[in-house]
Amino acid sequence: MMRWWPVFLRNLRVWRKLAIPSLVGNIAEPLMWLVAFGYGLGALVGEVSLGEDKVPYLLFLASGSVCMSAMNAATFEALYSAFSRMHVQKTWDGIMNAPIRLSDIVLAEMLWAAFKSLLAVTAILAVMLGLGISHSPKLLLAWPLLWGVGITFSCLALIFNALAKGYDFFTYYFTLFLTPMTFLSGVFFPREQLPPLVYGLSELLPLTHAVELIRPLFMDHWPEHGLWHAGVLLAYAVVAYRIALALTLKRFKQ
Amino acid sequence: MTAPYLVCEHLVKSYGDARVVDDVSFSIAPGECLGVIGPNGAGKTTTLRMCLGLTAPDSGEVRAFGLHMPADALAIKQRLGVVSQFDTLDPDFTCAENLEVYGRYFGLSQASLKERVGPLLSFAALSHKATAKPGELSGGMKRRLSLARALINNPELLLLDEPTTGLDPQARHLMWERLQQLLQQGKSILLTTHFMDEAERLCDRLLLLDHGKKMVEGTPRALIDAHLEPDVVEVFGPGALALMQAPLASLAHRVESSGDTVFFYTSEAAPLLQALSAVPGLRTLHRPANLEDLFLKLTGRQIREDA
Repeated sequence: MMRWWPVFLRNLRVWRKLAIPSLVGNIAEPLMWLVAFGYGLGALVGEVSLGEDKVPYLLFLASGSVCMSAMNAATFEALYSAFSRMHVQKTWDGIMNAPIRLSDIVLAEMLWAAFKSLLAVTAILAVMLGLGISHSPKLLLAWPLLWGVGITFSCLALIFNALAKGYDFFTYYFTLFLTPMTFLSGVFFPREQLPPLVYGLSELLPLTHAVELIRPLFMDHWPEHGLWHAGVLLAYAVVAYRIALALTLKRFKQ
Repeated sequence: MTAPYLVCEHLVKSYGDARVVDDVSFSIAPGECLGVIGPNGAGKTTTLRMCLGLTAPDSGEVRAFGLHMPADALAIKQRLGVVSQFDTLDPDFTCAENLEVYGRYFGLSQASLKERVGPLLSFAALSHKATAKPGELSGGMKRRLSLARALINNPELLLLDEPTTGLDPQARHLMWERLQQLLQQGKSILLTTHFMDEAERLCDRLLLLDHGKKMVEGTPRALIDAHLEPDVVEVFGPGALALMQAPLASLAHRVESSGDTVFFYTSEAAPLLQALSAVPGLRTLHRPANLEDLFLKLTGRQIREDA
């Protein structure tokens, strides 16, 4: 029996009550990035070299920032919202008095945060299609892959959820990990601009692999080393999930 | 005799050097209400957590409905109702939704939930609040909603951790009335409480814990009879404390003081009362010994460090 399912449904039911403001936030912010940087900065930059191709900066940015949106949506949900349910509202404690294990709850939260990123990504892709930024049929594949990106970052965030004493703790995760990562992963500018040492470091970042996997699909190309990038994201997800689960079980075991 | 619903055998749990639960054994028969009483930090909540499989005992065993905790935790919880010390209601849902969502955790279908939610809200005297959210409820209403939520799976055994702490007398009496109804329906209840009147009123049997150890176990009446003199005379006022050394103290079996009040425990109150009436300026209260006296006798009158 899928015991995580009623927990996932619970989150969905709460979300349905707040769906409109939540979706507006999910769409509006990435759109502002696109308008401000894509059109504004894009006019200055013109085109960006991508392998042998030259692509408009707007397309370059859109294909990177959709990965960032998947990451952010999953991260926010698996940090702030999951922490509220786990620690502040004690929702998890209530659920564990029913025949549901803590591991079922962690799985439900992981899948829920990934689902939130799928919702955000769907809305953003729809807007990008509407604006005519890309018409690539391969976006159909980018869509489930971005859900996978959401899974990876949801697993990573749940590690920090398990370790948190309060909301302030998450500032470290954002300031010391996510924000630098967005600048090093080729979302805003090609990684080739980075000094060699930093470039090498950027190879290790999960967001780098997400961008390398998704971006070519926007240009109607198949990604080079697509399986490798997907494999790295999967490995990050599996390892992070196991750590997150172990730390959460430890947190609740006293 | 039918097999007990819940059996705990020789439970031991330590955190670091502190032995929080130390060789505690008890059982609950079908239809029985067992009260676990004890000062703060006595090990009540830890014992309850072990019954729920949330905390693993260092040694000892918990069995419920013939199944083993924690190996069969899910099957056991399918038949349990739990009200924890602090409400874990969902603030985003209405009262009715809280029950529905919780019922889903037990795998209940939409159809059976529809049948159960209305009567449970009415049982909790919350029918008029079905569409209100927990934030709009009073403390007593929240506790009753928690109780209704714990009943959604029609459990045979209820575990209630301090169900009336923080409630005003009206709300507390309503809660007691509902718990008595559940006992009449044949449900079993394990209850922890700080309130001796609650324990005396609801519980068939009591378990007194202190420092993680079981001090005594038995029916409220039998415990009082076994450990206390039947009468208590409380004396306060100027010079009351000096009476502890006065000759009239020999008229009581036992004399205790707390603050400025002196407690005389006796089986023959009349001569003592007569002797006391000769001392001017004293105020006396003559009453039968109760569970609170027993509790204080066995656990002491000092305030606990963590209280």
